[in-house]
This record gives sequence, C-alpha cells and structure tokens, in this order.
Amino acid sequence: MADRIINIGVTGLNAIDSPGPGVPVIRGLKEAKSFKARIIGLAYEPLEPGIYIDGLVDKTYLIPYPSAGTDMLMARLEHIQSVEKLDVIIPNFDAELYSFIKLERALKNIGISMFLPTLEQFEERHKFNLDEFGKKHNLDVPESKPVVSQTELLKVAKEMGFPVMVKGKYYDAYAANTPDQARNYFDKISAKWGLPVILQKFVKGTELNMTGLGDGNGNTIAAVGMRKQFITDKGKAWAGITIHDYRLMEITKHFIASTKWRGGFELEIMKSADNTYYLMEINPRIPAWVYLAVGVGQNIPEALVNLALGNDVQPYQGYDAGKLFIRYAYDMIVSRERFEELSVNGELGNNADNQ
Amino acid sequence: MSLIKIQTNIAISDSGFLFNPATGESFSVNPIGLEIIRLMREGKNETEICAAVNETYDADPAIVERDLHDFIHMLRQHQLLDNNGGQNN
Repeated sequence: MADRIINIGVTGLNAIDSPGPGVPVIRGLKEAKSFKARIIGLAYEPLEPGIYIDGLVDKTYLIPYPSAGTDMLMARLEHIQSVEKLDVIIPNFDAELYSFIKLERALKNIGISMFLPTLEQFEERHKFNLDEFGKKHNLDVPESKPVVSQTELLKVAKEMGFPVMVKGKYYDAYAANTPDQARNYFDKISAKWGLPVILQKFVKGTELNMTGLGDGNGNTIAAVGMRKQFITDKGKAWAGITIHDYRLMEITKHFIASTKWRGGFELEIMKSADNTYYLMEINPRIPAWVYLAVGVGQNIPEALVNLALGNDVQPYQGYDAGKLFIRYAYDMIVSRERFEELSVNGELGNNADNQ
Repeated sequence: MSLIKIQTNIAISDSGFLFNPATGESFSVNPIGLEIIRLMREGKNETEICAAVNETYDADPAIVERDLHDFIHMLRQHQLLDNNGGQNN
C-alpha cells in the first residue's frame, strides 16, 4: 500500500435496511492500493450506524440537512476543513448532491476536491425528465410523467393503464394496481419527498443493475453489472450476483459516452420479455452495493478519489461473473457517552481515541 | 434430427449446478440431466442422446424421447440454449 495519506469525507453512513452507500464506499477506500485513506464521516443523525463501526471512520461530524441551505452546509464544512484538512469529499445521497454540486467551486477553493456530475447532468437525468433524457441520448425509457396533484395523477394513470409505477423524485417506488392504491402511494411519497411524484409505465421483465464511473470525457473507467438475488420489502438488494450481459455493458458505455458522465452512478434497467432494455432510473452516485464491484476488482471509490485529485486513472478491464454479495445486519453495543458526545458536540473521534 | 446447443458461456459444474453469467440465474440438474448436457456439449443430436441414455438406463425409449423433449423445452425456456440451438442441422 502507498504511504500517501488522503483525508476523505464520506456521507451516507446510514447502514440501515435501505442503506446509504457510505459504509461500502469506505470499505473500498480502506482497500485502496494507491493511497492510505483517513476517513472523516459526515453524518446527518447521531444514530447512523456507520459512525460506530470499529475501524471504519477516524472521526465523525454532524452536518446540517440539505433543507438548511448551502450556506449552513458550507459554514459547517469550513469548520471541519479547518480541523481535518480534507482532500476529497464523496457525497453519497441523491438529496444532498444538488448542494454539493453547487458548492463544488467553493469547496475547491478551500482545498476540497470532489468528482460529481455537472449540474446539467444531474438535472437532466431526473426521473421526471426521463422521457426527454431517453430521446436526447437515444436510450429506451418507459413512458413517465411528473404529476403534482391527485387529479392529474388519476388522469395520467388512466392513460398509462394499470398497473403503474408511482415514484418519489429521490427515493421510493411502488406498483399501483388500482386508482386507490395510486392515490395512497401519491400521498405517502409526496409527504416524504415532496412534489412532483412520477408516474411511470409498468414494464414487466428482469431488473438488471449497473454501477460504474465516468471520467467526464466520455470514457468508462469502471462498469460492473449485477442482478438482485434477494430483495427487501423496500425493493433493496440484500443479495446480488455479478453478471456479464453484453447489451447492458453496451448501454452503459453509450450512456457514459453520450452524456460525458462525470462521477459514479447506478443504472437501473429492466430487460423486458421482448429483450428491450429500458433505462428505468439513473442514480447519480455510487450505489450501496458498490462493495461487490470492489470485490471483483473494480475499486470505484478509489478510482473516484484519484479522478477528484486529478490523477491519471486507467480504466478497469473486465471482472468475474458469478460473484455474490450477501448483506447482513449486525447489532453493535455502543456506550451512551459516545452517542451523547456526538449528539451534544456534533463530533466524535473513533473508538481508539476514547480508550 | 435436431442438434441442441447449450450456450457456450453457461458454467456447468460436476455437481450439476448451472450458472448463466448473462442473467445471473442458476439451476440444478440431476445426474441424468447433467449427462444429457454433456452429450449436447459434445455435439450429439437428439437421436444420439436418446440412444446414449437408453444404453445406460433400462427405460422405455419412447419415454426417454418424450422426457428429453421436455428437458430441451425447459432449457430453452430458461434461455440456456444458444439462438440457433434446436434448429434442424
């Protein structure tokens, strides 16, 4: 391992049943061959499990929710930077990306690099822009429409026909079989994620996923395909297996080349019975199952850090199909004092600092 | 008689575990199924496979032929045969 120490701030430490990608991203960074990572956890809540996992983060700071605005976030990050001298931040939540993209230049000015999609890339791939996105980049997408009221919801759902997918603008997706179900999901999602809610034509088929990394010039640095093997009631993969699907790889490379995608991403693709590959969703960040990619030799977090630092990064070539990830839940015993320290002071050293 | 081709990328272990790397699906076949798949890989056609099975097992040839058809149908359904598999040779 190289001796160079890189200080990296990582969000998404909520390793829960709908997990944030922070913990697997950090595991990838800890296994990096080109540098030694010192990890600063950036958490929104003092109960995010990744904070307390032994040997994972060197220190954790609470940061304000995106709803507090970019000024508050910047002020907090300036304080953290004055202490920690971060080289890179990897934001891992869809909902925080807008703020971090907005702050990219300001953070660069205080010495923090990131490797994020451009604002244009971030905006155009939104679920409510999927139709336009598909046309622009010549990708098959299911018909989808943003709706802002129940009246509009029922009108569009009737046009599309049931079942129909009801999706939140950041997270959550439900298949509604009846107008009543659609209305319920609309209320549930809009209360949690706001408007618009997206209605999407239901596509029956096999869901395939791809995680990857684009260098911002149209080149594919990493790309690993996965099929979910075990799914939670929230539709999250609890186990998955790497696959080699030629068309899936072709679509991914086309997506990166056409958008000149900059940063990590996850593509959710539905392969229909007639072998059409519908692009269902583009998540503009590393997914929670990224450790599978690390496990088959494509260390996306490491490559992303090197791209952020302006280092030369060679594309990964190939990976083994048939490698599984199987997730598990694990109870940690945490002293009240540690929880209290983070809750009251907004920062917490690792276990070793407290012993 | 038809020549049946198993997709070349399908991984087949000695235990009868089949893995399709394109779809991530895996299957288990019993020893006779495994034997039949091996014969397919050797390029044997349906007639030759039936003959080989009849030679090894004491079974009614008509039943062997019917079961082989069913098995091939199942392999096709699970997309384990290549695109030309099953066409007349």
